[in-house]
Amino acid sequence: MTAAAAADVPHGLPGLDPAWSRTLRVTDGDGVAHTWHVLDNGVTDPVGTLLCVHGNPTWSYLWRRLLTAAPPGWRVVAPDQLGMGFSERLAAPRTLPQRVADLVDLTAALGVTGPVVTVAHDWGGIISLGWALAHREQLRGVVLTNTAVAQPDHDLGPVLIRLASARALHEAVTVRTPVFVQAATRLSRPALPADVRRAFAAPYRSAARRRSVGDFVADIPFTDAHPSRPALDAIGAGMRGLDVPALLLWGPRDPVFADRYLAEIRDRLPQAELHRYEGASHLLPEDAPQYAAAIAQWVTDLGTPPAAPPAPGAPPVAGRHLWSALAERAGDPSPAVVEVGGATTSWAALHRRVEDLAAGLAAAGVRPGDRVALLVEPSADLTAAVYAVWRAGGVIVVADKGLGLGGMRRALRSAAVDHVIGGGPGLAAARLMGLPGSRIAAGPGPLVRRVTGAAHDLTELTRLGRTAASPPEMPLDADCAVLFTSGATGPAKGVVYTQRQALAQFELVRSTYSLGPEDRFVAAFAPFALLGPALGIGSAVPDIDVTRPGTLRATDLARAAAAVDATVVFASPAALRRVAATGADLTAPERTALSRVRLLMSAGAPVPATLLESVRAVLPAAEAHTPYGMTEALPVTDISAAEVEAAGPGDGVCVGRPLPGVEVRLSPLSATGQADGPLTAEPGRTGEVCVRGPHVKDRYDALWATERAASRDPGWHRTGDVGHLDDAGRLWIEGRLPHVVPTAGGVVTPVGVEQRVERLDEVSAAAVVGVGPVGAQVVVVVLVPAAPPPRGRGESMAPADADLAAAVRAAAGVDVAAVLVARRLPVDIRHASKVDRTAVAGRAAGVLAGSGAPRRPR
Amino acid sequence: MRVLVTGASGMLGRATAAALSERGDEVTVLQRRPAGLPCAEVLGDVADPDAVRRATRGQDAVVHLAAKVDVVGRRREYVRANVAGTRTVLAACRAAGVGRLVHVSSPSVAHAGAALAGVGAQPADPAGARGHYARSKAVAEQEVLAADAAGLAVLVVRPHLVWGPGDTQLVGRIVDRARAGRLPLIGSGAALIDTTYVDNAAAALIAALHACGPVHGEALVVTNGEPRPVGEVLDRLCRAAGVPGPGFRVPFRAAWLAGAVIDGAWTLAGARATPPLTRFLAEQLATAHWFDQRRTRAALGWRPEVSLDEGFARLGRWYADRR
Repeated sequence: MTAAAAADVPHGLPGLDPAWSRTLRVTDGDGVAHTWHVLDNGVTDPVGTLLCVHGNPTWSYLWRRLLTAAPPGWRVVAPDQLGMGFSERLAAPRTLPQRVADLVDLTAALGVTGPVVTVAHDWGGIISLGWALAHREQLRGVVLTNTAVAQPDHDLGPVLIRLASARALHEAVTVRTPVFVQAATRLSRPALPADVRRAFAAPYRSAARRRSVGDFVADIPFTDAHPSRPALDAIGAGMRGLDVPALLLWGPRDPVFADRYLAEIRDRLPQAELHRYEGASHLLPEDAPQYAAAIAQWVTDLGTPPAAPPAPGAPPVAGRHLWSALAERAGDPSPAVVEVGGATTSWAALHRRVEDLAAGLAAAGVRPGDRVALLVEPSADLTAAVYAVWRAGGVIVVADKGLGLGGMRRALRSAAVDHVIGGGPGLAAARLMGLPGSRIAAGPGPLVRRVTGAAHDLTELTRLGRTAASPPEMPLDADCAVLFTSGATGPAKGVVYTQRQALAQFELVRSTYSLGPEDRFVAAFAPFALLGPALGIGSAVPDIDVTRPGTLRATDLARAAAAVDATVVFASPAALRRVAATGADLTAPERTALSRVRLLMSAGAPVPATLLESVRAVLPAAEAHTPYGMTEALPVTDISAAEVEAAGPGDGVCVGRPLPGVEVRLSPLSATGQADGPLTAEPGRTGEVCVRGPHVKDRYDALWATERAASRDPGWHRTGDVGHLDDAGRLWIEGRLPHVVPTAGGVVTPVGVEQRVERLDEVSAAAVVGVGPVGAQVVVVVLVPAAPPPRGRGESMAPADADLAAAVRAAAGVDVAAVLVARRLPVDIRHASKVDRTAVAGRAAGVLAGSGAPRRPR
Repeated sequence: MRVLVTGASGMLGRATAAALSERGDEVTVLQRRPAGLPCAEVLGDVADPDAVRRATRGQDAVVHLAAKVDVVGRRREYVRANVAGTRTVLAACRAAGVGRLVHVSSPSVAHAGAALAGVGAQPADPAGARGHYARSKAVAEQEVLAADAAGLAVLVVRPHLVWGPGDTQLVGRIVDRARAGRLPLIGSGAALIDTTYVDNAAAALIAALHACGPVHGEALVVTNGEPRPVGEVLDRLCRAAGVPGPGFRVPFRAAWLAGAVIDGAWTLAGARATPPLTRFLAEQLATAHWFDQRRTRAALGWRPEVSLDEGFARLGRWYADRR
């Protein structure tokens, strides 16, 4: 045997079943026979075949998890390309057309007949598409992960690859040394285990065995004159004709194939579903192992006729649009939006401005369906911009700056925005975040525009719009918004709403709180500052930073209330705490203004009874209400302070009855804490809360697998919250699904136990978590004692003394293995308010494992 | 059923023999000194083939508890009692045509020192097990499981930290030490440990005797299924006995090193008295070891009847009666 022969795959590579390995001889178009190494799960008479094509410098090992996860009846075939992996080494470089032809020859030799879904990574992508174009009649779908199909305009190819192909470097990096081979697995995020990295490098131990790695890089056509360029261009163009289902799985941290390569693919395969695995890098199948389950689900769905989509609900009020209230009050000189200490905008002026700005945006290139990121502080500018984008048929993209620059960057890049509207800081941030799209400056005069180099500014576009054509109105089922979740539980998710769903939401808010023309409100909670114009209700924004609710004094609230003669106040509990504390400073006229407020809506969390008492001194006539809901569906239920009192204590937090038109069901939990039971409304059954209604989100953005899981009961949204309905039809929230504790004796939910423990005088706060393996966990209570604070620092934990432990056990109502005390509980970074039970569980498990034995001397 | 119980002078063996007799089984016990139980008795060493053969003749089943349980002593003493003794019992069972053997082992046979949190019965590992006791029991368990055959169904039960009234091993030693003000808390005292009240362990052995046949050839860990921080367990044992709880704290590393030194010294000196601390004990008192009981409960159709609270109450009454 010579060095050119195929080599044997070493045994014991992690995750690789040696039974999958096979070799076969295939004669190529030139009549030369080559030995291929192929992973093949060997399914006979398959439902379909997943043809998996690796890139450079990996090998079929990349697909091992897909071989494991393949759905029943599916054959998985993953070859090592010639010269690569454990296939035969080549005497001469191979061009792209040859590699496509090789793959065609191989599948013929393997007897791959029947439906095929191609799956590819890196430079395997273009080869797999070449195969796909040659087998249109067999092709059932294409899956692409971190790859390129064409050079984006003005782009000379991935910098790293270009570097590796530079003549002087190329040979040294790719062939003579294992630098390139090792770099490929070093790109992985999180870092790969050493044994997996060794497995990837196993076929490339000598320069001779790395020959094709170098040739592969050299075959990338960076110039028009490159022999493989025509084939690349032909496949890149041909894929536009591939009308089969497509799935794109993407690692956004890829330094090789950045987002613009993804944009190129989406442009060519507009029907493609996309899932971006935040945090994953170039080697997506390694960085996001769940990719295999996603592909398995996707190909399974291919074989199932799509469930009839729920009939689109009738528009809440026939003929209405998001901006209808503005048009109706086009001649009204009364205030629509009052910035206390700033401008007052009348309904007439707001309507005029929105119409003009919409026409100006359209003239400046904002097309129907375009996504527009709004990086503008709450202001009249922001209000006008939102409604103008809608009027122009655009989709607003909103991410709370509380996500931090990193979080916003991940969020806004995932949304693939076409335009950015921002003030000076907003546009500077957009540049830092590397957001694509054109720039439109908000703020006074042309200064911001000049400084930031934006193409347009809002004032200029409003002027331009006076003479431009009015844009057409978009259909109700077109997207209108991508709103990002708070990111308290993992990376923020983009939530897509259609105009119809947003309208339904506004109508539900209107009817739930009986908002009528005689109402005016104060929005001390950022999202609601935008609500007024849609509801046709005048609103005032207090003279504070509404993204920092703790700065709201009673006087600020009173001034805002007086400015519009307010009847309704929207505020968060954090804001109300400060209002209550500063109530004594109010003047008599301020008190009078606040005494006219009939409704207090506290968003985010219920107002504790003690706080409510002190708020009553400031807002004597207001009835306190708290809605329950989430970015994906708001509101779902509502409860008043009186109803909270009437409900009394129970297993969880009572959030009230589902609102009219909103349905709530529970998906009961299995012994391992999975919400896999069929939806039920049976009282007392604990499960994942599922919601259906006309105002529920359309879908998650760029998160195909997440969306698939969240809406696996068609028409229903799974909230990730766990709770139950009581005999009176009220919903009780018992915790988050990932925080339930699957014990041997059944699943324990945390909130009810926490509430019972927190009622003890000795306890100021408690978190209930599980330690141990799923299904055999034990319950641990970690608490912050009322006084005195325990020894130790910060969030470190120690066992409670015997009396406290006994009191907690007596109160808990479930078997508690251990009671630990800490000075404080870790909270989520995002809100610094929700206890991070996952972090508590991790620390508690560490403490309860004990000291551990020192490593034994060898 | 005619049942031989070996090692009936210990707390668990005695409780098991008594419970079987109460149920109406025909019980024979085998140990070196008279056990004072109202049943047939053969006196002898479990490693003595003649005595064991005599005791085994005519039995339907054997519960084999006899073992050397300690933290000091020479390796050969453990091997003789625990390995050779078990071989003798196995041979006698085969010779007498006994159909079932329930072999009492220990979770320490699979415990290499690292924390065990909610694990099932992992395979016995003589190389990894800590100390002569655990190593010899690991070898014995492997041989018993290897002997599982059509004619002789074997089942291994590993009760974890058995305690109860009259216990001289665990409770007695802890209480003696606490009374002398010499009971330390090693590490933070937070390590979660499982224990087993003696009546629950005895009931599990009887359940195993009945399950043996349909269930065979496997090892099952038995505990109360109520893991608690080790500091709390010590504290409650001491409260029940009316003595002060752990009086001082020793950092784990110091305890482990001290234990290692003492192990060496005791072994060199051939001392027979119980040492103040051993490395094994330091690990046991500072490292989590609690277990997933789902397989055990399903296989044996058994659940612990006596909760920890009830067990501590019974222990308290027992000590109160003796004051």
